[in-house]
Formats: sequence, structure tokens, C-alpha cells
Amino acid sequence: MERSKQPEKSCCAPARPARDVAVGPTGLRMLPIAQPPQDEPCCGLPPGPPSSPFERPGYRLCGFVDDFIETANGAVPLVKTTLDSADNRGTFRARFNIGRNNYRVAPGLYGVGRPDREAPVLVTANYKLSFDSLRQELAGIDAWILVLDTRGINVWCAAGKKTFSTDEVINRVQAVGLAQVVGHRRLILPQLAATGVAAHRVRKGCGFEVVWGPIRAGDIGRFLESGLRADTGMRRVTFSLAERLILIPVEVSLTLKPALWVLLVAFFLSGIGPEVFSLRAAWQKGLAVFAASLVGIVAGALVVPGLLPWLPGRSFYLKGILTGLAGGVWVATVYVARTGPYGAAALIFYTVAVSSYLAMNFTGATPYTSPSGVEKEMRRGIPLQAVAVVLAVVAWLGSAFSG
Amino acid sequence: METLRYLKNVSTLRLDQETCIGCGMCSTVCPHGVFVVEEKSKARIVDLDGCMECGACAANCAVQAITVTPGVGCAAYIIQSWLKGKAAASCGC
Repeated sequence: MERSKQPEKSCCAPARPARDVAVGPTGLRMLPIAQPPQDEPCCGLPPGPPSSPFERPGYRLCGFVDDFIETANGAVPLVKTTLDSADNRGTFRARFNIGRNNYRVAPGLYGVGRPDREAPVLVTANYKLSFDSLRQELAGIDAWILVLDTRGINVWCAAGKKTFSTDEVINRVQAVGLAQVVGHRRLILPQLAATGVAAHRVRKGCGFEVVWGPIRAGDIGRFLESGLRADTGMRRVTFSLAERLILIPVEVSLTLKPALWVLLVAFFLSGIGPEVFSLRAAWQKGLAVFAASLVGIVAGALVVPGLLPWLPGRSFYLKGILTGLAGGVWVATVYVARTGPYGAAALIFYTVAVSSYLAMNFTGATPYTSPSGVEKEMRRGIPLQAVAVVLAVVAWLGSAFSG
Repeated sequence: METLRYLKNVSTLRLDQETCIGCGMCSTVCPHGVFVVEEKSKARIVDLDGCMECGACAANCAVQAITVTPGVGCAAYIIQSWLKGKAAASCGC
């Protein structure tokens, strides 16, 4: 009981009031609790809040749930329209590719505001980032939110992978008994779901008409206000600087594992020389490859996305060659004194190959590249990248023997 | 997407105007404004090179007047489909 000893005058009294607010990462509503009488034995920290009346054995109440509303089909959770620190932490982790593939909410019916039988039904994916970006835009709006089981994948990718599909819409509408909860027969789907959902088949399958909502959740308020009409701007996908930059951490994180293998090979190759294998050379020259790798990653996965509209050409592998060339020449000038001209050339070829390959891979993150186009540029880009790698290896090995 | 344009003349998108009933669904779902459907008229492709082959128009054409080879414009996915075949391929998105 050593730890729990506190100054005598305020045993159990609110000595550290901050602690009791911090309890409850699940975001349960803090109901007022009775203060323990002063004459009870000292018991350390004051107790946390009592359980929420909505808690059920075996379930955990989600932090984004505010309240519940009774419907013809039982209680439906009402969600908050603001993100708390747990949501923001989750967003940050997903953006940095930590647990991104399992960042989901339970599929089913939710509500926001005080939805009634005539309230609109907004359909979305069960990737938490999609769900959060939708509910954040619904302040002051009374609506139902139908969350599909898209396996934790965002709306557009899920539509492409057919987890946001016609069948999933129909099944989910039936599973939650939507026809008993609302009086109308209308679903508002995000436009980007159209890749996976055939509106005319949804109507046949469950009797609900699909209205194509705006692409961005940020436009949903205006869309509802204007009587479910989307203007041209709401219907067009954009790829602004901010929209490109937010993708960079995931792009870079995807390079880390392959980069480790490449560096292992590079350290090995760097050691090969006239004395068969030199650990000192492996370390010193290996560091140069490490630097070139970093520059290649920055050039291909950071500069290309950032400067996308301003880099000449349409093919991504070409844009990557340009930024890689600039970065490679810089690395080469830094290391030429130590590696010699062959080594410097090798560093340039290597940086260009890394940058070009990563730039080409960024096609998958853009909203405007067609698979036919990507395949076409890959048939040109990959052979060039392979040649650059071979030249880099040959020049690197040559540099050890030419000195 | 006027500032960002991808490769020309690669899209597999085709529209059969004979079959088209002019419902306008293709122009509603297209995120790149590839189609224009005027009142009491049939759909027209006005920006073929803007097409990213997402397949939304074809999926939502009730009379199947549109064909496109849909897919993911993603290098990682295409490399996997070359190595492992279409069925086993996946990408990080």
C-alpha cells in the first residue's frame, strides 16, 4: 500500500483530478459518480466512471458512438460528428501504414443526429478512414449511415476489388432490415462506388433506388441541401497537392522492406574487390549505396508525387528518371572522391533505377491512370530500369578493380 | 483533371450508340467527364484519353452499350498479375 499513500488531509479526495478524466479511452460518456465518503479507508486513486448503460457483455462500446436510437429493428448507434484523439491517432497510424489493412468499423446501420423514417440513407465502406471522413461532414444533419463490409477497404478501391458491390449493398440492406427502419426506398451511394455497384441491379435486388452522391464526403451537406443534386465539381475527381502529399508516407513505408534486401545485397557487392572481400570496403561503399537509396526513394516516392503536374511527360517512369537523374548526379558528386568515376556512374544509374521504379509504382495511388496506360509504360520502363541496374552493378564492381 | 493527363490512345472504352438509350447514367458516374449526354439524345464520348478504365459506366449501363476492360491502374498489381496470374494478384490499396 506504499504507492497509495497520499497527504493525510485529502485521502481519496480529488488530489489528482486529471487522472479521472483520463480514464476511459473508449470514450464512454462520463456520468456523474458519487464521491466516496471521507471516512472510508484510503483507497488510492478515485474510482473511474461507472459502466455505460449501453455496454453489453462481450462487446466494447466504440468511442465514436454518442447514444442509441430505438427503431423498428432495435437500437441503432448514433455517431459523433467530431473526431477525438483516438480517431486522430488511428488516422495517423493508417496514413503511416501501421495496421492500415485492419482499420475497420463493424458493418451495419448507424445514425447521426436524430434520424427519422424519412431521413436519407448514406452508404459507405467500413474502412475507418472512410467512415470518419463521412461522419465528420454530418454535423447538423439527421441521417442513417449504412456501413458495408468492404473488408476494411476504402470506397473506390473496394469498388474496384468488388467488395463494395451490388450484392453487398443488397445483402446489407436486407440484413439490417432497412425497409422497416425507413419509409422511403432510396440509398445515397458515393459516386466512386459505381465501379462496383450497378444501380439498376440494386433496385431489382432489394427495391431501393440508388442515387449517386458526390465523390467527396465534404460535398454531402450541399448535396442534401440542394435536393440530391450534384454539380459538375462534385462529380469530378481531383488530385491536388494536398491530396498527393498525404499519400507519401504509405508510399515510402512500402519501400522499406524491399530496400532492406537491396541494401544487404549492395553491402555484399560493395565488399568485393582485389582482396576478394573487404569488410571495410563493404561498409564504406555500402554507405554510399545507402545514401543513393535514400535519394532514390525521395526522388521517386516524394518528389514525383509532389511535383507531378510540373514534371514533363505523361509517363511516370520518365518523370522518375528525371528526378532520379538530378538526385543521382548530386549523390555522385558527393561520393566521387571516394568511389572514383566508375563508382559515381554506378550511383547515378542506381538512383535513376530506384526513382523510376517507385515513380511508376505511384500510378497505383493516383485517380487518373488507366490500367492499359500503366501496362504500356511498364513495358517501356521496366526494361530501362533493369538495364540501369545491370549497368550500376557492373560499374560498381568495376570501380573496385579500377582504383 | 485538366492539369493531369495520362497516356493518349490507350483506353479500351467503347460505346455502341445503336444500343444506347440516352439515360445519362454513364455521364453521372464517370469521375472524369468522359461522356456527354444531351437532352433527348444518345451518349457521346468527348474525352477518351480522360478515361481511366474504372468500369463504372459499363457496370451502370442498363442496356450494355458500353464495354471497357476494367482494372486497377497500378504497377504493383500488374507486376503481380504477370508473375502470379490475374486471380492471385493484389496490390496494397
